[in-house]
Formats: sequence, structure tokens, C-alpha cells
Amino acid sequence: MKIHEYQAKELLRKYGVVTPRGFHTVSVDGAVKAAEELGGKVWVVKAQIHAGGRGKGGGVKLARSLDEVRQYANDILGMQLITHQTGPEGQKVRNLLIEEGADIKKEYYVAALTDRATQKVAIMASSEGGMDIEEVAHSTPEKILKEFVDPLVGLTDAQAENLARGIGVPEASVAKAVDALKRLYTCYMETDASLAEINPLILEGNGNIKALDAKFNFDSNALYRHPEIVDFRDFDEEDADEIEASKFDLAYISLDGNIGCLVNGAGLAMATMDTIKLFGAEPANFLDVGGGATTEKVTEAFKIMLKNPKVKGILVNIFGGIMKCDTIATGVVAAAKEVNLSVPLVVRMKGTNEDLGKKILAESGLPIIAADTMAEAATKIVAAVK
Amino acid sequence: MSILINKDTKVITQGITGKTGQFHTEKCQEYANGKNCFVAGVNPKKAGEKIFDIPIYASVKEAAAETGATVSVIYVPPAGAADAIWEACEADLDLAICITEGIPVRDMLVVRNKMKQKVAKGGKETLLLGPNCPGLITPDEIKIGIMPGHIHRKGRIGVVSRSGTLTYEAVAQLTEIGLGQSSAVGIGGDPINGLKHIDVMRMFNDDPDTDAVIMIGEIGGPDEAEAAQWCKANMKKPIVGFIAGVTAPAGKRMGHAGALISGGADTADAKLAIMEECGFTVTRNPSEMAKLLKAML
Repeated sequence: MKIHEYQAKELLRKYGVVTPRGFHTVSVDGAVKAAEELGGKVWVVKAQIHAGGRGKGGGVKLARSLDEVRQYANDILGMQLITHQTGPEGQKVRNLLIEEGADIKKEYYVAALTDRATQKVAIMASSEGGMDIEEVAHSTPEKILKEFVDPLVGLTDAQAENLARGIGVPEASVAKAVDALKRLYTCYMETDASLAEINPLILEGNGNIKALDAKFNFDSNALYRHPEIVDFRDFDEEDADEIEASKFDLAYISLDGNIGCLVNGAGLAMATMDTIKLFGAEPANFLDVGGGATTEKVTEAFKIMLKNPKVKGILVNIFGGIMKCDTIATGVVAAAKEVNLSVPLVVRMKGTNEDLGKKILAESGLPIIAADTMAEAATKIVAAVK
Repeated sequence: MSILINKDTKVITQGITGKTGQFHTEKCQEYANGKNCFVAGVNPKKAGEKIFDIPIYASVKEAAAETGATVSVIYVPPAGAADAIWEACEADLDLAICITEGIPVRDMLVVRNKMKQKVAKGGKETLLLGPNCPGLITPDEIKIGIMPGHIHRKGRIGVVSRSGTLTYEAVAQLTEIGLGQSSAVGIGGDPINGLKHIDVMRMFNDDPDTDAVIMIGEIGGPDEAEAAQWCKANMKKPIVGFIAGVTAPAGKRMGHAGALISGGADTADAKLAIMEECGFTVTRNPSEMAKLLKAML
């Protein structure tokens, strides 16, 4: 689960990491009021969407008067902000963060994430703050430093000092940077984050260390123990169909192709998508109905797939294990009837009660195309939509 | 022979009284030598009772001491599953198989580091398979987990995969063209897990009754590449490899928590390239895994 920058900074402040003062608002008047409340002569008007690259897309502006705050808030609120992470259609801006200006002397990058290979928490730091870190990793990997933290021990002073000195924090500010890193680590662990990134972490003229931007992702398996983080969820930033699917315990992700697919199991679902591509078309979605697919779930899955106007055909690929093929076949027939299916449907079934399932499909009176293998199913659906 | 388990393995079921635990324990009992293999269940509140004729004990330690079981299978719900894994380790079992899906990553991080610390201090190592996995099976001998037993057939091909249904797909293809399996192992779809591809490939390499292996991977993480490098230097048996997720977009979690492209090296294309370079016969068509393998024997 992702959250907004202003929420991430709220969390960081709760854990004692210093951030600029600022207010969240959803209106132009609110933006001006926030600037007045903050005082000073310089303010930053920041678009809040769940995607990076907001500055380059025109979603972050420096205002030098209250009139400029009003002007920029007006420009940014409601705009379709396009960044390298939003896709070409962009994301509508509904929230703003109004912050005091900062005296930036140097920008660093710091982040916490879980490292699969070592099974430890990796704390990463770089002198190249404010930039796209993937670009730094690609062109100058030596500028990214890492310390691996044993969760039974925690981030040690020595590790944090290595990172702070390694990225060139001046000696007088090392203690402050160490403090910020340790607090970031604690925040990461206690909130069950899967990524906590501060980019940039800045050194101010007076030697203070501040988090100027922040991004958090959370482990969805752990949300049950963090109601305060669940409250941060912003449904406007998520795909409506994916939200709808999750209500029925379906894992759904919309893609760009024209063949809908309904599969049980994440690995088999990906393999089915890959097979469709291999035989000359593109999948319209990833959809895992999981282990216990009922008629109701299958019907909902069909409805969600068919909401996508690009879908010109559907491929169902089920490996009946615990879930029996006849149960699924009954569900597919009921779903196809309920939604008045008008696009070609290819069904491939394998496993427990396979013959019974095939019989149900054949006797349904529906124009269902049967297939024995994934390759055959893909070939048939690709031919049917052409 | 086989890897990890055989007809003489004695198994404790943690979470035996829950709905999932009951359902699958019955299926496992019905498979091959299952009646003799599943010897104990654990539930502190129901100690002394029996379920499907299996005695229930208050703790894993007690169950192991009373029955001589060396393996446990875990169906405990996510919030308590990491503790259940640790209980199996503290009882010095040989192997814990965790079926549970949806365990918080932090819980897995903590328990994996506790397990490593125990070994570093000279304690007995308990291997972990999973979590979020279908389990493992040695056909005609023993099935521990949630896979459909009837698609398997005894034979000499090893199968290892992160995905449950994709493992079944490979097994069914093999069975259909007359190739049986020595063991089929699902290592699970979570980012922090126990046995990895490389560990299972090592076991298949050492197993005199395995002639060849199908290794199936997914997008996300470094495990398949690591296994491929090891195989290049050590593996003496032919391998067919497949990676699911060529069409998966970056930054989206494809069902499994671990199936998420984060850098450039963990895409399906990158992994397929490394596996090919390391001598695997790779395919982009998952329908021909078994056919390709048969051609190599």
C-alpha cells in the first residue's frame, strides 16, 4: 500500500525525523491560509499523488508571494499530472502540501528496504540526493552505499556513521544524520513498511538535517495490525477495478492488451499471460481467482474483466487441484449467462474432475471453445479475436 | 530415494484443528503411506484429544518426543505462523513446511534471523520450506501439503517451483507423457522464505534417483539467477527452465508478494537469459516443459 508525501512526513515526524513545517490542503484558499500560517517569504506548493517525478511534471512550484501561492495552487489542483510513473494519461491532483522553504546546502538520498538475498534490512545512502535513484544505481552504482541490518540487533551507531560519513555529511552534522537514519530504521520496522525513502535528505546552511521529500510503501500482509496506516489509504489514487476485485478476494491488475484472462494461482496466471503474448496477442489483465473460487467469485471476475472496453476475448485457464474442474465449469457457465457474454471464450481445464468439467461446458449451449493445453488455448483465443 | 521426505517420514501438523488444517490432513492421510506418516497434531487447548485418529499434543516439542516425528507442516493463520515456525525450530525438527499465505514480511525476517542465529551458536539447523507454498511430495510414498496427489506418478524427474499451480502444470505434463517424479517441491511465493531454488537443485543433484529437473521461477528477486550460476558450475543433470512473468509490468505485485519487478536484473527476460547462459534448456512456452525434458533424456 502506498501513501502520500504529507502522510509519510507525518509518520517521520512521529518518529522524530525533522521535516519542513507544512500543511495538507485540498483547496486554493486552504493553500493560501496554510502559507499565511507558516509565515516567511518562500513557500513550496507540492502536488500530492502516488507517483514520483512530480517536480519534472510541473507539480512542484516555489512561490515567493501569497499571490504566487494562490496562482500555483490554482494551476496544480485538478491538473492531470504526468510523470514517468503515472503513464501517459497522468494522475489527477486532488491534494496539495504547502511547506515552508528550506535552505538547501546539500542533498542526500537515504532509504530502508528489505533485502531478499541477505534476509536483512538494507539501509541505502547516496551523496546523489534529489535525483532518480535508479538512474544513479545504473550509471554510478559506486555512489550508493549499503548497510545490512540484522533485525535482532537493529541499526548500530557504527553502521549509521559509516553511511553518514560515506556520503560526505560534514563532521559537525554526522551525529544528526546518524540520529535521522536510526529513526528512519525504527519507523520502517515498527510500521511494517516495505520501502521508506527520503529523497532528498538535506543538509541546511545551519548544519541541520531534514527530510525534504519522503515515500513509503507498506506490506499489505501486515496492515491488519496498523489501523492508523490503513486510514492513510487514498482510494482516488488506486485503480477502481483493482479495488473492486480486492473486495471479492481476487488479485486483478489491468494491462494494455485485448485478451482477458482468468486463472487460478499467481504463477500460472503469469504463465498464461506470457503464452498469450507468445502466440501473438497481449493480455488485458492479470487475474488470479485463488484457491477457493466459487460461482460468485468467477461471475465477479467476468464482470470486472468485461468492464474493460478493450477486451475482445477471454481465456480461462484452471488447474483443478483442491478446486474441482466441475465446480469451476459450473461457475463459468453461470457467469457467462449472467453477463450475457458476447466475446469469444476459450476454456482450458486440467486436473481433478476434468472430464466432468468439460462435459458441463459442452452441454451448456454456450459457444465455449475448449482447449487441452495452454498453448492450444492461446492459439485459439488469438485466432478468435483477429 | 527422493529428497527431504519419504514413506518413513513422521509428520506433525501445526494448525491441525483449523479448517484448512483438517481438510488437508485428511487428504494427506489418504495419500500413499499417509496413514502411517501423519502421527501428531499440535494445539495447546486440545491436548489429549484426537482428530482423524491423530493424537493432539500441547507443543511441537512434546509431539516430537512422543512420536519421534522429525518434520512439521504448518497451517496456522498468518498472525501466528512465524511463531509456529520458531516452535518447530526450537523442537529441533529436521524440516518445517509452512503452507500459510499472507505472513507479514517483518515476522519472516525476524524468524529467519533467529533461525540463522541458532545455527551460528551451534544449535541444530531446522530447514524451512515456504511460507506461502503448496508443500512437497514424493509420489507413491508421502504427500505433505495441499497439492492434488492424483496427478503425480513415481519416477525420476525433480520439479521445483515458487508457484503452486505452475508446479502442478509441470507435474501433469510429465505424468501425461509417461515421466514420473522423484519429488516435486513448491518453495513458495513470498520474498523472505526458507529453502530456495539453489538449495533444492543441490538436493536433486545429490539424489541418485533423480535424473533431470524442471526448475520454474518467477519475476522478482535474485534466487533463480543464483541457482543458475550454481548449476553452471556443479549440476550434473539436465535442466529445463521456465520463468513466469515476461508480460508483467514493473512495480506491480503479481499476486505473490515476491513476484514484483524492482530492478533490471529480476525481470523474466533477464532471468531466462542467465539460465540459458548457465546451460539450462529454457522455454518461453510453459506448455512444452515436459516435452523438452523428455527430448533431453
